[in-house]
Amino acid sequence: MVKILDIVIAGLLMGGIYALIAVGLSLQYGVARVLNIAHGEFIMLGAFISWSLYTIFGINPLVSLAICGPLVFIIGFILYRTLFTSLRNSSASPAAFEGNSMLASFGLLFIIQNVAILIWGADIKGYSYLAFSVSFGGAKFAANRLVTLGVAIIIGLVFYLFLARTRLGKAIRAAAQDPSAAGLMGVNINQVLALCFGFGALMAGLGGTLISISYQIQPTMGLEYTVIALIVIVLGGLGSIPGSFIGGFLLGLVGSIVTYIQPGLSLVAYYVIFMLLLVAKPTGILGK
Amino acid sequence: MGIVRVISKRSFVLGLSLLILILLATSPLYAPLYTVILLTSIFMYVIITVSWTMFSGPTGYISLASAAFFGVGIYTSAILGKALPLPLVICMGSLVSFCLALLVGALTLRLRGIYFVMFTFGLVELLLHFILWWEVNITGTTGRVVPTVSNTTVYYLMLIIFVILMLTAYLIKHSKYGLALQSIGQEEDAAAHTGVNVTMVKVMTFAISAFFMGAAGAIMATRWTYIDPRIAFNPLISFLPVLMAIFGGMGQLCGPIIGAAIFTYLEEFLITRFPYYYMLIFGIIMVVAILYMPDGLVGLIQKLWKRISERKHADT
Repeated sequence: MVKILDIVIAGLLMGGIYALIAVGLSLQYGVARVLNIAHGEFIMLGAFISWSLYTIFGINPLVSLAICGPLVFIIGFILYRTLFTSLRNSSASPAAFEGNSMLASFGLLFIIQNVAILIWGADIKGYSYLAFSVSFGGAKFAANRLVTLGVAIIIGLVFYLFLARTRLGKAIRAAAQDPSAAGLMGVNINQVLALCFGFGALMAGLGGTLISISYQIQPTMGLEYTVIALIVIVLGGLGSIPGSFIGGFLLGLVGSIVTYIQPGLSLVAYYVIFMLLLVAKPTGILGK
Repeated sequence: MGIVRVISKRSFVLGLSLLILILLATSPLYAPLYTVILLTSIFMYVIITVSWTMFSGPTGYISLASAAFFGVGIYTSAILGKALPLPLVICMGSLVSFCLALLVGALTLRLRGIYFVMFTFGLVELLLHFILWWEVNITGTTGRVVPTVSNTTVYYLMLIIFVILMLTAYLIKHSKYGLALQSIGQEEDAAAHTGVNVTMVKVMTFAISAFFMGAAGAIMATRWTYIDPRIAFNPLISFLPVLMAIFGGMGQLCGPIIGAAIFTYLEEFLITRFPYYYMLIFGIIMVVAILYMPDGLVGLIQKLWKRISERKHADT
């Protein structure tokens, strides 16, 4: 019984981060129509900025959430206003824009990753924060992971309320359904799409800070998280924010179960699920 | 007048290709070894890029599975290298890639757009992590040693595969089959309605392109001598052909060749001295090419050429 609780909680702890980064990618793809392959690089940026703030200035990682988030948001916002907006104007159709923007984000992946290597070096880094364990129903957990999960859930909830209750949230939901009709209804569509891309980057940056609290980081870590976020958004249904949240926790659980049975196979299990899903039900759990 | 010009242009291109081919085939006799090795790398990327373009160019399905097919070729070569003679090993590598592509194609080619991209990329990572796990947990050793052959042999093998690939690509492009591929890219449903066997055409072309990637991998393994899953299934091999083809231009057969040749040379030149700057430049060129050169280098040159010749006409 304790063992089962052990596995479930470990899965939820991982799932919280998966959910957060997947919500970010879901915003970027579901609304702004950019399948951002460089998503993981924004996670990496968040992680490394937090690492620098902690090791150089001794700033608490929970405080650096408030620094990394806006910083990465601005980078994402500017990127959409310049690069992706001009791509959107030059692409013949929405489908052509999807292809072109995805390829451009490949370019971004290499640019951001190598700039990071030039700044921080290619080594694995890490720091210890709240690295003591807490007993929970007989099972023991690192305190930093519990904090990570708590923060991830709070951010997710706040963002959900923002989408559901505010005017800007409504504009974003409208743009997700039909960008041109939303534009006709008086939504400043370029602004909203750029904001969405920025929010996606923001989620990635916050996710990165949380990852840096409990895991080791390196400049090439991004792609793995991008792929995980991709799997989660397909699992939850492309473009569905609650779906991404559910998918994230589900994938975390699967990972934790597989790691218990056969450590080293968890990534393989993710891909197998992903490919089976694409073949059998590409619309995911909550997809239309 | 127009017909004469077309014929002479065609025979000019044919003559030029033959001349280049003869120069390339005899190059190990007079060129330094370094040039031969560089040319081998260029051919490797050209083969991967041209085979990628063969399928993804006309159909618009962006495949990121190149690294999977290339890696399967490498692993086949590593496993069978000691047991079979080299030509047979290469055939096996290509065939295994071909069969994998048939299977994957049959499963996935009804997925459209972004789903197809995700699936093909997932395939690379799946194979990589599965083989890593297999080697650590089942066989207990990571990596393998591949029996080597001389640099000149590797070069000639690459050249042969390259020539066969170019003939295949040319024949496909200028046949009914190529037309069918293009119609799939433009409007898949309409293509199906006009009697194109959409699934068959897509799956076969996908598999043929994988065949050549597998061959290139099987040959390249003999030059690398030591391989492990991370070398064989390097995701970069999936992204590079996309970049090279976009940079060169996908409309013409020579576009991907030019793109691949320029980038391989750039890599050779920069990677030993400034590896991170190389990747950085690479990313910047990719973004710039997508933004400002939608038809690639060849398209850009054609446009400039047209403008110049129009000006000439205006003068006379």
